[in-house]
Amino acid sequence: MFSAFMLHAWIVATLVAVAAGCVGFFVVARRAAFAAHALPLGAFPGAAAASLMGVNEFWGLAGFAVLGVLAIGQLQRAGRREVASALWLASALALGVLLLGLSGRYAQSVYGLLFGDLLGIDTRQMAVVAGFSGLTVALVAWVARPLLLDSLSSELASAAGARAAALEFVFLGILALSTAIAVPVVGALLVFSLMVGPASAARAFTDRPWRSLAVAVGICLATVWSAIALAYVTNWPVGFFVGALSALCYAAGRLRGGTVALAQVA
Amino acid sequence: MDSICTWGHMGGFWCNQPVRVALAVGGGAALVCAVVGLSTVMRRQAFAGHALADVSGAGGSASYLLGINPLFGFLGMAAAAAGVMEWAQVREARERDLLTGVVLGAGLGLAALLLYLDMTVRNVSGAAITVLFGSMFTIPPSIVPVALIVAAAALGASALIFRPLLVSTLSIDLARAQGARVRTIARIHAMALALAVSLAAMTVGAILSTALLIGPAAAALQVARRPASALALAVLIGLAATWGGIALAYQSYYWTPGRGWPVSFFIVMLIVCAYLLASAVARRRSGSSATAPLSGCQEH
Amino acid sequence: MNAGEAAVALDRVAVTLGERPVLREVSFRLEAEQFCALIGTNGSGKTTLLRAILGFIPVQAGRIDLPAGAIGYVPQKITLDPGLPLRARDVIALGLDGARFGTRLPSKARAVRVQEMLRAVGAEEFAEQRVGTLSGGQQQRVLLAHALVRRPKLLLLDEPLANLDVGSTAEIVALLRRLSHEFGAAVLLSAHDMNPLLPVVDRIVYLANGCAVSGKADEVVRTEVLSRLYGYHVDVLRVHGRVVVIAAGARTESRDALERDPVHTITVP
Ligand SMILES: Nc1ncnc2c1ncn2[C@@H]1O[C@H](COP(=O)(O)OP(=O)(O)OP(=O)(O)O)[C@@H](O)[C@H]1O
Ligand SMILES: [Mg+2]
Repeated sequence: MFSAFMLHAWIVATLVAVAAGCVGFFVVARRAAFAAHALPLGAFPGAAAASLMGVNEFWGLAGFAVLGVLAIGQLQRAGRREVASALWLASALALGVLLLGLSGRYAQSVYGLLFGDLLGIDTRQMAVVAGFSGLTVALVAWVARPLLLDSLSSELASAAGARAAALEFVFLGILALSTAIAVPVVGALLVFSLMVGPASAARAFTDRPWRSLAVAVGICLATVWSAIALAYVTNWPVGFFVGALSALCYAAGRLRGGTVALAQVA
Repeated sequence: MDSICTWGHMGGFWCNQPVRVALAVGGGAALVCAVVGLSTVMRRQAFAGHALADVSGAGGSASYLLGINPLFGFLGMAAAAAGVMEWAQVREARERDLLTGVVLGAGLGLAALLLYLDMTVRNVSGAAITVLFGSMFTIPPSIVPVALIVAAAALGASALIFRPLLVSTLSIDLARAQGARVRTIARIHAMALALAVSLAAMTVGAILSTALLIGPAAAALQVARRPASALALAVLIGLAATWGGIALAYQSYYWTPGRGWPVSFFIVMLIVCAYLLASAVARRRSGSSATAPLSGCQEH
Repeated sequence: MNAGEAAVALDRVAVTLGERPVLREVSFRLEAEQFCALIGTNGSGKTTLLRAILGFIPVQAGRIDLPAGAIGYVPQKITLDPGLPLRARDVIALGLDGARFGTRLPSKARAVRVQEMLRAVGAEEFAEQRVGTLSGGQQQRVLLAHALVRRPKLLLLDEPLANLDVGSTAEIVALLRRLSHEFGAAVLLSAHDMNPLLPVVDRIVYLANGCAVSGKADEVVRTEVLSRLYGYHVDVLRVHGRVVVIAAGARTESRDALERDPVHTITVP
C-alpha cells in the first residue's frame, strides 16, 4: 500500500486535502457549494480547447477557470447566485461537447475528468499540484479575515472598508484555480466532495472560525487517507469512498449539531 | 407533412424521422422542465435540480448492471436522492445547498463505482458516455409510454401544488399560518422535480436537463411580474430554444461538412442568450422606473 | 361568536427554545372583538408566544385554545425575495386561498375583495409592483392585507407598526379596530410603542421573565403599574384629552424584585 507506486497518490491526495479543507471552510461559510461544483467541472472544455489549439492543457484549464469566475461573477449581478452557476456550468459543458467533437477527442476523457485517476500521477503533475495547493493556502491566509466578515454580512464588510464585489471575485478565483488545476489529476468529484462534506461537519465541533478551519482540514485528511486505503483494499474507485465518507462526515456533524439546529428550525 | 419536404433545403428537416422524434421528445422535456423549473428557481433549489440530474446518472449505470429499463434506473436514483434531501429536513435555503452538495458528491461517487462495476462485471464501457450525455436522437421507442406518464405526473403534481407552493416560497410562516401543509407540499415538489429531472437527464442528457430546468425559468423570472406570465414565458423560452437549437444543429451539417455540431450546444447557447436578454430588459425597466419620479421632482 | 366566549385562551403555557425556558407560565384569555397589546422588553418572548399560539413551536406544558375560524399572522422579521414574480396584489390574493391545492380560474368576487383590501391598507399605489422591491413599510401593509383578506377570527400581529410613519400608524390602527369589529376578530398585537394603540386597546398583556400579566387597558396604563412592570419610571399623562406614555428611563428597585420573583411582584388589580 505504501510502495513507490502508491507514494505519489498519497502525497497528491494529502496536498489536495489540505487545500480543499482551507477553501472548503469558505465554501461552507459562503454557501457556495454550487460554484464549487461548477467551476472545476466547467474548466474541462479548457483541456479540449488546448488540444485543439495545440497548447499545453494547463493553459486551457486556467483560461476556462478564469472565464468561469468572470462569467459567474457577472451573471450573479443580474440575478441569483445559483442560477449563475447553473448557466455557466451548462454553457461550459455544452461548449466542451462541441470542442470535443471538433477536436475529435473521445468523450471518454470526460470520465477521467470527473472521477480522476490517482494511480497514474507522474512527478511533473505532482509538482504542479503541490505548487497550486501551496498557492491556495497562501491566498486563503491572505484574504481570510475580510472574506470571513464578508461571509457573515457583505454590508458589514463594506462598512469596514472591504470591497465586497472584489472579495467575491477573489474567492471564486481561489476556488477555480485551486481546483481546476487539480481536477485532471484527482477528478472533479474528489475535490468537490472534500470541500463540502468535511467543512460542514467541522461547524458542529467548534464555534470558533479558525479552529473550525483546522478541523475541516483534519477531517479532509482523514477522509482522503481512509478512502485511498479502502480503494487499495477493495480495488473500487477512490471517488466512491471519498463521496461516501464525506457524506458520513456531514451526517455526523448534523447529528452532533442536531439539537441546536432543529430547535432553531422548529 | 410530406408537402413540406419540398421547402428548400430545410425541407429535409421536417421529413427526417430522427428529427421529428427529437422535436417531440425535446419539446416535451422543455415543457416539463420549464414548468417544474419555475418553482425550483423561485425556491432557490437550482443546485438541487442540477444535482439530481447528475445523480440520476448513477441510476442509469445501475440499470446496465441490473439489466432493467434505464428510465427506471434514472427515476429511482433521482427519487432516492430527492427523498434524502427532503427527509433531512433543512429549512434554510443556504444550508440546503450544502446538503445538496453532499448528496451530489455521494451520488457521483456511487456513479463512479457503478460505472466501474459496469466495466468489470458487465463489460459495458460506453455506459459512462451515454449516461453523462444522453442524446435525443437515440431514444428507444420502448421508453416512450413510460416517459409520457412520468411527464404527465410531473406536470399534474406541479399544477396541484401551484398556489400553496407560491405562498410557502414567499414565506413558510405565512403559509403555515394559513393552514397550508408545507411539508407535504415540499415533498410533492421534490418528487415532481425528481421526475422532471430524471426524465430530462435520460432523454436529453444531464447538461441539457440543467439548462432547460434553470435557464428558461430564470429568464422568465427576470421580466415577469406575475406567476402566470412567468410560467407562460418560461415554457415559451424553453420550447423556442429547444426547437431552434435542433434546427440550427440540422443546419450545422452544412457549415463543417460531414460533421454536425451538437444539439445541446445550440440549445444551451440560445437559453443563455434568452437569459441575458431578459436581464437586460429587467435592468432597463428598473433603470427607467427609478429615474421617472426623480425627473418629476426636478420639474417642480 | 358572542362576547364572553374566548377567542383564544392560554393556560399555563411553557415554551423552551434550545435549552432556554423562554415562556414559563403564561395564561390569559382574549374574547372576540377584543384588541390586545402584547408588550415586554426585547427578548421577553413576544414573538415566541405568537409563534407558539400559531403552533409553529411546540409547547412543553399547558394548553392553547384557538377559535374555529382562520388565523391571520404578520411576522416580525420577513424578507421577501425580490426575485419572485409576485405583485402586491397577488400576495393579497394568495391570502384568500393560497393554502389550497390545485389551480383556480380568476374570479370577479375575489378580485373585488383584493381590491377592497388594497384600498383599506393604502396599498393601491404599489399594487402592481413586485413585493420584494417594496419598502419595509409598504411590505408590512401588504402582509397586513394578506392576513386580513381571509376575514380571520384571530389576528396575531408581531410589531406590525414598527416600520410605519406616524400618519399611517394611526390609520392602520383605526383600520384594525374597525375590521376587528367587522370580522368579530380578536387582535393580539405586539408593540414597543404603546401610544398609537392607546385609543383603541382593550387589554394589555405584559411579558416578563417567562410570565404574563394581563389586565384591562385603563388598569394597566397607569404611572405606578407601568413603572413597576418596566422597572423604569414611566409617566402616564393626559394631553388634550388623550393618554400618553412617556418613559423616563431610570432603573428602579421594583425591576430587580421583578427579576427575582415575577409572579408575586406583579399583581395587577
Ligand atoms: N431559535 C431560538 N433558539 C434559542 N433561543 C431563542 C430562539 N429564538 C429566540 N430565542 C430566545 O428567546 C427569547 C425570546 O425571543 P423573542 O423573539 O420571542 O423575543 P421578543 O419579545 O419578540 O423580542 P423583540 O422585542 O426584540 O422582538 C430571546 O431571549 C431569544 O434569545
Ligand atoms: Mg419579537
